[in-house]
This record gives sequence, C-alpha cells and structure tokens, in this order.
Amino acid sequence: MRTTVPIIVAFIAGAFLTITFFFNPEQTLFFDATIKDGREGVLQWMTIVSGFALVLGVVSIVRVNARAVSRKSEGWFYKLMTLLSVFAMAIPSMMPTTTDSFGGGLIYSILPESWSYLFGTARGSIYDWLFEYLDSPMMETMFAMLAFYIASAAYRAFRARNAEATLLLLTAVIVMLWRVPMGEAFLRLFSDNLPEYINTFIMGGFNVSVQRGIIIGAALGAASMSLRIILGIERTYMGK
Amino acid sequence: MPARLKNILPYTIIVLLLACEFAFAQDYGDSILITSRISVLVLLAVFSAAILLYTRWARQGKTLFIRKIAGIDAVEEAVGRATEMGKPVLFIPGIADMEDIETIAGISILGRVAKITAQYDTPLAVPVRYPMVLAAAQEVVEQSYVEMGKADSYDKDSVRYVAGEQFAFTATVNGMMMRERPAANIYMGAFFAESLLLAETGNAAGSIQIAGTARPEQLPFFIAACDFTLMGEELYAASSYLSHEPLLLGGLKGQDFVKIILVIAIIIGTILVTLNIGDWYTSLFEVI
Repeated sequence: MRTTVPIIVAFIAGAFLTITFFFNPEQTLFFDATIKDGREGVLQWMTIVSGFALVLGVVSIVRVNARAVSRKSEGWFYKLMTLLSVFAMAIPSMMPTTTDSFGGGLIYSILPESWSYLFGTARGSIYDWLFEYLDSPMMETMFAMLAFYIASAAYRAFRARNAEATLLLLTAVIVMLWRVPMGEAFLRLFSDNLPEYINTFIMGGFNVSVQRGIIIGAALGAASMSLRIILGIERTYMGK
Repeated sequence: MPARLKNILPYTIIVLLLACEFAFAQDYGDSILITSRISVLVLLAVFSAAILLYTRWARQGKTLFIRKIAGIDAVEEAVGRATEMGKPVLFIPGIADMEDIETIAGISILGRVAKITAQYDTPLAVPVRYPMVLAAAQEVVEQSYVEMGKADSYDKDSVRYVAGEQFAFTATVNGMMMRERPAANIYMGAFFAESLLLAETGNAAGSIQIAGTARPEQLPFFIAACDFTLMGEELYAASSYLSHEPLLLGGLKGQDFVKIILVIAIIIGTILVTLNIGDWYTSLFEVI
C-alpha cells in the first residue's frame, strides 16, 4: 500500500501533465473546466501539500536545536540563537495588524493598538526590520565571500601539473585577459582581431559546444528518469 | 494492476496519442491538439519505447553493458572511509524543492547511500532546505534502514531541516563541516551560487568529496574542489547504477539508444545547415 498509492499518484499526475502538454490549453476538459484549469489544479495541489510540509520543517528545526540547547552540547548558544530567530521572525509576522483581523480583538485588548505597525510584514514591521537589517546583509556577506573561495579554488585548479592542466591554465589566462579592459588592450597590441577570435573560438566554440553536450545529456537523463518514475520502473525515490 | 495490462498500458497511451495527433490535426487544425509539438510527441514515443524495450530485455535476463562511472564507485569507498574513521557522512540533496528532477535524483541516491551507512553503522547527516525534501528524505532514509534490518539504528534527526534561505543553509552546512569534520561529503542535486562555498569548505575540512549536478555553470566549481564529480546525465544514472538492478539499468540503456539517435540527428543537421539546405530540417525541431 505504501508503495502502490504513491506510484499510482505519480502515474496519474505525470501522465496527465504530459498528455495535456500536446492539447490546446483553452479546450474544455470536463464540465466548464479547461485543460489549463486542470494543469493549474494539479500544480496547486503541490503547493497545498508543500504548505502542510512546512509544519514538519518547523518541528524538525525546533526539535534538533532544542535538544542541543537542553543538553548544552557544543555550540548550544548558536542553536539557541537559531531558535530565537525562528520565533522572532515568525510570531510578529503572523500577529494581527488590526482589531478586525482574526484574533485582533483579543490581542489589542492586551497590547496598545498603536503597536499594530510592528506586526505583519509591511514596511516598518519587526519582520521587515529583521529582514532588511539582519537577514539581508548576512546573505549578502555570504555571497560576497564567494570571491575569496573562487580565488582559492582557481589557484588549485590552474596548477600546471600535466599537459591537460597546462592547457586549462593557458586557456584561462587568455580568457581572463580578454575579459578585462587592460587585458583586451594588451591583446590588441598583437592583433586588432585577437579579442574577437577568443570570443568566437574559445567562448562561442569550445565552451558552448561542451556546455551544450552536457545540457543535452542532462536533459535526456532528466527525461529518462521522469519517464521511469511515471511508468513506475524507478522507485528508488521511495527508498525501494 | 495485472502484469499484462501494466505492460501494454504505456504502449497504448503512446499509440493513442499519436493516433489522436494525426486524426484531430487533420479535422480540427490546431483547435484541439497543438500540431507544432508533434516532434516532441514523436521523440517521447521513441524514448518511451526504447526504455520499455530495454527494460523488457533486462527482465528477460539479457546482459546489458553499462560503462564504469568512477564517481559513483567512489561513493561506497567514501562511506567505507567514514566507517574506518568513525566520522559521519554528510549528504546534501541539493538546494531545490521536490519539483526539481535533480532533487528527486539526489533523494534516490540518498536511499542507496543510506543503505550502505546502515550496513556499516556509519552516522549519516542530511541537511535539507525545503520541508517537502525533509519529508521525502526522512522516508527514504528510514526505508533504507528498515530494509537493511537496522531500523533501531535509524535516527530521525539525521535528516534535518536547517534553513529556507540559500545562504543561511550554506552557513549552517559549512558550520557542520568545520565542527563535525565529516569523513565524506556527498553533494547530489541542484546547486547554485553556494556550490563553491560548500565544496571549498569541505575541502578545507579534509573530507573526501563527491559531487553530482546537471547544472553546467556549477560543474567547474565542483570539479575544482571535489575528488569526484558526476556530470549531467551521470547524476540521473547514479541511483540505477548503485542499485545494480537489471530493470533500472535497462532504462539507462534505453536512454543511451536515444542519445545515439540524437547524435545522428545533430550530425545530419550540421551537414544540412552547413550546405545551406537545412531550413526544413531545423523547422522539424521547433516547438512553440
């Protein structure tokens, strides 16, 4: 039962979306519903199921971190901060913003109504403040650190250990020269057309052809796996 | 579903679709069926038939040759290393949701990895970014432990939801790598800008690293920072390859057959376009 039902659901949903891809979306499917409505309905079900799964995520993050805090295991303070952050972002954003909202009468009989601007997700709310001044800068910092990681990875990748690595190094040097204005000016000392040749042969030729080869292979792999799942051949995603 | 019906159902759907496409296209123009997508339908029919045919041959016991994939073979070695060192295996099934086929491929591989960790009693840690992936990964890991007769060893918190934000997730996983120093890091699924942040941190932590993704823009980062990298289609082949099941390997052979057809089609197209007589040919592959 635990295997059969998911396979049937996967087959019906997958086959429906595949078959309707070939039909005019404005055509009536049954009663007044069009094929487009049917497709959107299937996708909406996915969103609904995801909404229920969100509870599992919150339970998981609270359980794992609360256990570490209660045991005072290594790094427990950071886990406590994680827990506080979860609730600091979630609770104010879910609070009613007016007395007419659900639960608003009760909340604003306890708290002053002038505090209502702090709740919800609008500009100036606690959620917005935490997002703008804590969450967003931290994300940007993480992303900015990528430059240093690229430098260290490039140093390792471009070491001329053998013939192939040397070829990679030379190609990388040429492409990097072409990408910066000073390098481009340097290349033009040899020939005015040199930057265009690099663009045409290295980037548009070798680079694009290899990328397309990988993309075609990956697309075939994805299509093959999708078909195996729809036809019930592939069950490994259920641990079988 | 009776076995005979199960066998003929996919073929029936394909034949009916093709029949409808031709029949209705003549009578109603493009009002019911989208005739410009006929090339996709034909390719889908050939693809499905090839997969089903090879799967049937595999079921009948015909030996199918599958080339060795070093990155997938290294998965078992990596788990063995973790067992010897008494350290955990860190598995990341990408950072996309379940609607992404790469995540499904990652979850499938997780099932095989979990079976090996269950066999050797090696700790497994699976941080995830989406609740749907959490539910699926927990189910797959639990099932793997049950199948290996190690239900008691299964820790529900081995699969944990860490953060919904891309870089919050990355920061948490990087922290886990530096604190717990896993012996093996396995990245299988859809990765974006965080790929190098994760792989470089794992490299700095001294872990053996195996990555697999179908995104060509992230592959150079994994190749630079990991010991083994599965490229593109190898990610989708990994779960079938690890399972050693002839039925699943049949699906891979079907995929290879279609690849040969496509390579021939590309060569013909290249020749025709080079000779400037290929407009009719390229129009066959245009899909609106």
